[in-house]
Amino acid sequence: MLDPEARAIRHALENLGFATEALSTARVFLVTMEAADRKEAEKRAAEMCERLLANPVIHRYEIEVMK
Amino acid sequence: MRFAVVQFGGSNCDRDTWHVLQEVLGVDTDLVWYKEGLPRTCDAVVLPGGFSYGDYLRAGAIAARTPVMKDIHRHMQDGKLVLGICNGAQMSAEAGLVEGTFAINAYPKFLCRPVHLRVETIASPFTSRFREGEVIRLPIAHKEGRFIASPETLAALNREHRVAFRFCDGNATVSEATNHNGSLESVTGVLGQYRNVLALMPHPERASEEVLGSEDGRRIFESMIRHVEIEG
Repeated sequence: MLDPEARAIRHALENLGFATEALSTARVFLVTMEAADRKEAEKRAAEMCERLLANPVIHRYEIEVMK
Repeated sequence: MRFAVVQFGGSNCDRDTWHVLQEVLGVDTDLVWYKEGLPRTCDAVVLPGGFSYGDYLRAGAIAARTPVMKDIHRHMQDGKLVLGICNGAQMSAEAGLVEGTFAINAYPKFLCRPVHLRVETIASPFTSRFREGEVIRLPIAHKEGRFIASPETLAALNREHRVAFRFCDGNATVSEATNHNGSLESVTGVLGQYRNVLALMPHPERASEEVLGSEDGRRIFESMIRHVEIEG
């Protein structure tokens, strides 16, 4: 997936002398919810990603459960 | 015959579309606020252009999860017509009415210009009033219009002749030079699985009267009207 913003940022890093192999941008959603345990929270977050937060055609996602 | 144009918060081509259907073409057309739900009597639905929900998250993503989309899904499954224009096309993709998606343009700015399109299939309720391979002219106005799909989806769309329009030049040549937003294979109008949904980035409602410089868009609406007249 071509990410025009990432390409511009990578180019700017190059101008500053930082060589990079790849760069992509990402969005972070901080979700607060009640859940019985981490597993349940993770399961519900995954559902949220599948049904709304991510578009499977162009995105991949990672979930991290914090306290 | 009844058409419906569904309005969401941030829709801004709803009245233009209504004007063309009701006042130029004389079709009974309801403007329907999304919270009212879809009237069961309507034969065709248009999801209009605009910036529903400020394009938050992704263009069309929030509108695609509103309850009225369940009605539109049912309407589609009943074999009735759905035309998604620009923001409506983005909603159609987000709601799964068509495959693929519309991402931010390759050159990530808002593009607003008249473009040439090649009619890729006339075997649809939206394109029967064209000739296959004909070049038409409609305006585009979007920032998130770059059609993206998996290789499997793109192959299926091509194989099943479900690409309705591609960007081209005035001589019907499709090339990267006229691929305004960097879409896969210059695709800018796709049909759903049963050909009764068209997701279209260009604006036919802005090219339906001579005074606006092109009447090519009108034939999309006329194709829909003819389909409803024949199919009932």
